[in-house]
Formats: sequence, structure tokens, C-alpha cells
Amino acid sequence: MTTAAALVPYDEAVARYEPVIGLETHVELGTATKMFCGCPAGFGAAPNAAVCPVCLGLPGSLPVANRAAIEYTIRIGLALNCSIASWCRFARKNYFYPDMPKDFQISQYDEPLCTDGWLDITVDGAAFRIGIERVHLEEDTGKSLHVGGATGRIHGADYSLVDYNRAGIPLVEVVTKPVPGTGALAPVVARGYVTELREVLRALGVSDVRMEEGSLRCDVNTSLSPAGSGVWGTRTETKNVNSLRSVERAVRSEIERQAAVLDAGGRVVQETRHFHEESGLTTPGRSKEEAQDYRYFPEPDLVPVAPSAEWVEQLRAALPELPAARRARLQAEWGLSDLDMTALGNAGALDLADATVAAGATPADARKWWLGELSRRANESGVELAALAVTPAQVARIAELASGALNDKLARQVLDGVLAGQGSPDEIVAARGLAVVSDDATLRTAVDAAIAASPEVAARIQAGKTAAAGALVGAVMKATRGQADAARVRELILERLSQP
Amino acid sequence: MDELTRMTAAGIAAAVAAGDVSAVEVTRAHLDRIAAVDPGVHAFLHVAADGAVRAARAVDERRAAGQPLGPLAGVPVALKDVFTTTDMPTTCGSRILAGWQPPYDATVTSRLRRAGLIILGKTNMDEFAMGSSTENSAFGPSRNPWDLRRVPGGSSGGSAAAVAAFEAPLGVGTDTGGSIRQPGAVCGIVGVKPTYGGSSRYGVVAFASSLDTPGPLARTVLDAALLHEVMSGHDPRDSTSVDAPVPPVVAAARQADVAGLRVGVVTELGGEGYQPGVIARFAEAVELLESLGAKISEVSCPHFSYALPAYYLIAPSECSSNLARFDAMRYGLRVGDDGTRSAEEVMSLTRAAGFGAEVKRRIMLGTYALSSGYYDAYYGKAQQVRTLITRDFDAAFEQVDVLVSPATPTTAFLIGERADDPMAMYLADLCTIPSDLAGNAALSVPCGLAPEDGLPVGLQVMAPVLADDRLYRVAAAVEAALDQRRGHPLLDEAAELGEGAAR
Repeated sequence: MTTAAALVPYDEAVARYEPVIGLETHVELGTATKMFCGCPAGFGAAPNAAVCPVCLGLPGSLPVANRAAIEYTIRIGLALNCSIASWCRFARKNYFYPDMPKDFQISQYDEPLCTDGWLDITVDGAAFRIGIERVHLEEDTGKSLHVGGATGRIHGADYSLVDYNRAGIPLVEVVTKPVPGTGALAPVVARGYVTELREVLRALGVSDVRMEEGSLRCDVNTSLSPAGSGVWGTRTETKNVNSLRSVERAVRSEIERQAAVLDAGGRVVQETRHFHEESGLTTPGRSKEEAQDYRYFPEPDLVPVAPSAEWVEQLRAALPELPAARRARLQAEWGLSDLDMTALGNAGALDLADATVAAGATPADARKWWLGELSRRANESGVELAALAVTPAQVARIAELASGALNDKLARQVLDGVLAGQGSPDEIVAARGLAVVSDDATLRTAVDAAIAASPEVAARIQAGKTAAAGALVGAVMKATRGQADAARVRELILERLSQP
Repeated sequence: MDELTRMTAAGIAAAVAAGDVSAVEVTRAHLDRIAAVDPGVHAFLHVAADGAVRAARAVDERRAAGQPLGPLAGVPVALKDVFTTTDMPTTCGSRILAGWQPPYDATVTSRLRRAGLIILGKTNMDEFAMGSSTENSAFGPSRNPWDLRRVPGGSSGGSAAAVAAFEAPLGVGTDTGGSIRQPGAVCGIVGVKPTYGGSSRYGVVAFASSLDTPGPLARTVLDAALLHEVMSGHDPRDSTSVDAPVPPVVAAARQADVAGLRVGVVTELGGEGYQPGVIARFAEAVELLESLGAKISEVSCPHFSYALPAYYLIAPSECSSNLARFDAMRYGLRVGDDGTRSAEEVMSLTRAAGFGAEVKRRIMLGTYALSSGYYDAYYGKAQQVRTLITRDFDAAFEQVDVLVSPATPTTAFLIGERADDPMAMYLADLCTIPSDLAGNAALSVPCGLAPEDGLPVGLQVMAPVLADDRLYRVAAAVEAALDQRRGHPLLDEAAELGEGAAR
């Protein structure tokens, strides 16, 4: 159905055209209850179990705004350097759809709670200030499942199921201003912005920000203007962008597609497009040029929201340390390089490393373990670092053992034990009798035995071929079940064979 | 007619509390009356005989057990079919909700139950409260007990007719543009629109959210005050509910004293286009107030002339959004779902078949008024007018304590007379709409019969926001003086329904 989209190679596209991007991010707030009723807002209830007359929009029911959701939204606004409205109203956005219980969504229109802020990000060493247009609060819709049909959309489906558990969950929309001037970096800037926004939201503790579960959803706007023209082009809005990687790919793909349209003398159509994870391409959705008229008007069932200046200042004073400030502080405290800090951030290991250092590890050890051995294990199991069955305190203890009583190989065995649920590092060391044999007398006995068993190797070493010592080291390690310091064993071998 | 049905609510409550009569006896007397006259009056859409008797028995048991009873315990009440009820259907007079039984009680419903009132059933209304005659009910019109060829007013016409026909001593309605006061006036009973937010809208199926106000209908001012007090008060489930004590309306009704009260006659409400008998009775009522010691003056509210057009932009705009939810997806009527049609087609077919002409007219008006490019000229402008009307009231209430006017320009009109002329129908609410737009308190109290047709005329009293008690002071004084002058209550002059009521 979709015509094969011609694409212009990315480098050519960004050489001829200047991309302008914009992002609209929806964040489901982690409040205990829904936006306008007392139903639980969490995941996991059986379909249509977490509902009541209010979130089902039954005739006669009325909304009552959740104060916690308003507080969360103000905190997000403050963290994004926004102005907080001293008086604003909810508005009704009217349109018919089966997953909208009232056939209107309570949202905010021309009076958002937070306006005009920014978020600073760093991408490939370059700093960008992303302008924030607005942060507003609304209610989520129910969730439709369209069964049958090829597209998974309502058209062509045999039937549709609707789960209203999600209806009424508080949803914050963060809208950026248009972001020009990123050039070829546009896709990574888009990704960097969402990454940083997610970190901010996580630090605020206002959402679990899981893109896969839809608690953080992103629409990406992209337009191109001929380089140097200064005239912005028509934008498209790409939906169904469900991971950080997809944010980057979606922008890149739209740049390539729009460049091809413009190169051919065509006109970019203002429309909603859908991103496809498998192909990395976008396909057209509904055209914005025949857009519905949402007939916004102030929600008469709710009183205006009027946060007092005192309340806003209390919330500002109580903001936690934000990710950028924290990274700067930790980098200064730890003395790590920009590269190391970026790597920790990208791996989602900053909190873990911080906790590991707090538990007594050196910053270098914390970095080494979380980015090395632990990242490898997480990749192998396909889980997040934080999901590994080892605590930062245990990692700190393993690192301590590795710098003293255990060699790296033994330390990794201890980690295996911890991950297998066999106990704490010290319990595993005790249970397995793991300890480096550092008693020279014991080692000399083993060295003598190894030399006696391989006189020809000993002779070659004595003839100056010290590289041959490896074979004897191996024999000693085997005899001590690996619990020896190999370097010390080698020294002892060479010492013994150099004696007259 | 059983004398139990002639009693006031206050009288019934006292008799039940004293053990002179049981709540079950009172309830059965009213159910018998309904059975006898409602085939002609058609006040009720649903009569809950079993539930009513059960509720009455519970009151009698509480009394027998020596438990305290509320001031209206054991008193039957007729509930407009716009309030949700778990044990009765709630249809709003619309085909689209025929048979719908809500899973929750409106706050007003549960307050009535808690207070021991006996809900006899659900009363007829113009569909979704849009209309002034009950002719817009999908289930046929109610009839005015004074003359069954005439409308009982609307939209709360069923509740008003039930009270005027002695089918219930009390009725509950909702007022959006006059839907309590206008039927109260044309049925010769008391109808009160409390201050907006004074009574909860939770469980009131919305017509126009910023206007809808539940309130009482009764045959006496004191009865209305007693019901007002029971059904009102702050409700955390309604954000627009006023978080303030209920004004002392019962005490004011008992006070019934207007000495020294400053009463303003609104110059813009009256004169040309008003029925002469209405004007005459109104003028007499003003003279009566003066004779009772009130200080009368004329007050101009220049923007009231724009109230009707502003209302017919604001109310339809809100209704176009409020009624969107009737989409056949979750409850109510569903038309055309034969497996071949899309959800959107089923929505369209259902709404086409389920809504009546007036509801469709207002949905279209409101959709247009809110649409992009027209919003500022229509909805936005109407809201500005609303502000001007509120300022007119503010200025007036700096000079006087209450305002008065006729409640309606005419007495009850004939069924069918205005059905094809929406503008003529809309004019029935000319006097009542300003207080809905401003959100202040207002009531209608009978002030006699128009000489030319022998039908009741209502005096409208308007008071500032949260000064509902002033309404009752004035209305009780007028009621007492007129009853004394006449020697009996006005409703004694209504024709006995009895046999003649059965069509």
C-alpha cells in the first residue's frame, strides 16, 4: 500500500538541507491514583478492573483534579526552567473515539501550567540548549486493541477491544520549541534530548519513564529547509517512536525521505507519520491538513488551577539534584574523564557506580566493574544493569577482595556465586575456600615439584628461554587449584632456576 | 383524595416522627394517588413502588428502634430522571438512555436516601433537560394539573406536575435556564434554584455544566426550605461545589419577614410581550411586599436583554461536548451494529436515532459556536456578556437586598402551541436565565392566578450568591399574606383531578 519511499543518502541530505526538529513527549505520571478519580494508576490490573464511573465517563460523573499530579507537573516545569502559571484552566479537547470514555479529553490548551523553559544537553561534546515551549497536564485515554486486519489499526480490524484501565491516568506533555541549527547532528540531538529528559524525570521520581511500556511516549517533528535559505519547511509528526534508538532513526529516516521529496521538486505534506521499528522507515498516517477541529473550550466541570507562589517556591526548594549537576559533581569528585562519565551514563550505571563508591569502592574500581564484567553479564542475559542480582555494596566488596586477597579470576568466581544467589561475597569465599595462596614456602614446594616433573623445561629456562616459564606457572597454578598469584609463582620459578 | 396526600412535607415528617402515621401509610397513600391520577398527568417515567415501601418501612423501623430521624424522614419525593439511581433507570427523557440503570447514586439521591426521604420514582423531563414544556421528552409530555391540555413547564415539568397534582409533597429538579422556577410558576408551586454549586451536580447527567443546579420543588415555602437544606451542602466529588455552610434557609422561611428589606424591581423584566394577567399579579405582589414593610425601588440591569442569546450559545456549547459520550460504545442505545459497520457509523446511526430534534438542534448550535474561527465571535462573546450580566447583578445588589420580577412572561401554554417554534419556546425562560448565567440564587413563588385564564402566576425573587436565605424570607412572607387574604392555599383552587384525570 505504501509507495516505496525514495531516500537520499543521509550525508547528502544534510549537506543540502538544514533540519529543524521538535519533540512532544508524553509522560505517564507515577501518582498513586488517576488524574480525576480515586482509581489506582498503576499497571497490572485485569482489563477494565481499575475503573469507576468517573474514568468511564458515565453520565453524571464529574472529575476532581489530583493535587499530586499538579504538583508533579509543576516540579517537572521547574526542573525544565519553566515559568509556572499562577492561574490556568483545563480545557476539553473534543473528538469521537471508542477509547475516549467521554468523547472528549480533559487537557490544557492555551493556558498550560508551565511555559517557556529549557533543557541543556551535550551531544558528541557539543552543547545544545533545547527550548521548552510548554509542559501541560492531561488525562490518558483507554487502550485499544484492534483484532484482525493487517495493520493493527482500527480500519480493517474485525473487532476492537478497549481497556479503560489506562483512561484517566495523568499524562504530562512536554513540548519543545523548534530546534534549528543542529545540522547533521539532528538525530543524535533528538535522542540526546529524550535521554536527558528521561534522566530528569527519573531524578524527580515522577514517572517510571519506561518507553517500552508506554509510560514515556515520543512524537518527533521534522522539517527541512534548503541550507542557508532561512525559510523553515513543512513539518511532519512521526509517532510510534518507542525507544531512544528509534528517536534517532526516525529523525534520520525523515530527513532522508523529505530530502528526496524536495530534490524531486515535490512538497512535503504536513501529516502524521508512523515509524516502523523493523524497517526504520516512516509511513503516512492521517493528514494534518484535513485536521479535525477539536473545539477546545475551558473545562466547566473543574475549577481553575491557581498554584500559590509560596507553594511553587516550596516545590522549587525541594527539587532534587538534577542529572547534569550531579554528573558534574560526581566527575569532579571521582576524577573520571568525560569519556568515562558518558560511558557510565549511556550504560545506565551512574547511580550504580555512585552507590558502589558510597559502599567503599574507589571510583576507578566502580567504573571498571560496572562497565566491564557487569556490563558483559547484563548483555549476555539481555537485562539492564540494575536488574542484575548483585547490589552495589556487594560489587564494592568484590572489588575490595580483588585488590587484596583474590586475583581477578577468583573475584569473577565470587561474582558468579553472588549472581547465582549463593550468598554474599564473603560467604562464597568461605564456602569455596577461595583465597590467594600467598605463603612463599607453600609455593616453593609446589615450584620444586613442578621443576622436578619437567626437567627439560627447567633446562630451557636455565638456558635463557624465560618465556618457557609459562608452562611451569601453569603447573603450579593447577597444583594450587588456581589460588596462587601467578606473577609471584613466576618470580619464584625464575629465582629457583637462577640459583647455582 | 386521601388527606395524607394533601399534607405538607413538614406536616408528614412531624406526624411520622410522632407516630401518628407510619411512613409506609404515607407512601402507600401517595402510590395510590399516582395510580389514580398519573395516567392523566404523566408526571412519572418510572414508579418504584416496592423500593418506596421498603424505604418507608426502614424509616418506621428506625423510629420504632428509637433512632433519630431527619427533619424529612418518611416524606415521599419525586426525583427528576436526570439524577442517577442504582435501583431505578435513569433516562433523562431520552431514547438514547432508555432502560439504562446506573451503577451509582447521585450525591443528591444518596442525601435524600440518608435523610429518610422516600423516593417514589423518576419524573418526566424534556430530553436532557432541554426545553420548557416536557414536550421534548421521548416518552410523551407531562400535563399541567391545573389544565391537562396545558404544559407543566419544563424541563423539570414532571416533578412540578407531581407536586401540584398531590402525587408527592416534594419534588427535585434541576435548573439550567429556569427549569425549576418556570415549571414551578406555571404549576402554582414553589421552585428554587439555589446558588450555583450550593447543591452537588455529581450524578446529575449534565446538560450545561456551568449552569446546571439541582433544587427543590414544593407546595409551601417551608417545605422547599426543608428539602433545600437536606439536598445541599459541599460535595468533594463536585469541584464546582461551594465549600461553605448551607445558608439558613429553614430559619428564613420560618422568619417570613420583609420589614426593612430593600427590594428592587428589575425594569428590564416585564412590560411588552408579557401576559397582562402576569403583569397585574406581579404588580400586586410588589404592592404586597411594600405593605409588609419592604422598601421598593426600581433597578435597571441593562445587559439582561442579552441574557437569552448568550445563554443559547453557552448552554448548547457545553451540551455539544457533554452529550458526546452517548456514542453506543459502553451503555445505552446501539443502532446498526450488524457486524458490517464501523464504530463511527454505529455512533452516527445511534445518535441520529437516539436524540430528539431539540437535542440535535442544540448539539449543532454548540458545535458551530465552538468551532475554530467562530469561537471568539460566539462562545467567547457570550462569556463576555455573561460577565456583564454578573456585574449588573453585583451593581444591583449594592442597592437592594433582593430583586424581583415575574417568573415567566406567560402562564402555562397549550401542549403543541409552541412545539414548532423554538424561539417562542425559548422565551419562556426570559426572566429566569439571568440568574443561571450569574450563578446567584433565585426562586419562584405563586402570587395568584391570571384573571384571563385562571392559571397560576409566579413571582421570581433573586438574591446574591450564597444569600439563598433571603429568597425564603421574601417568599414565605408573600405566601403567608396571600394565603391569609385568600383564606386557603392557592392549589385548593385547582380542579380536582380524580376521574377526569384519566385520559
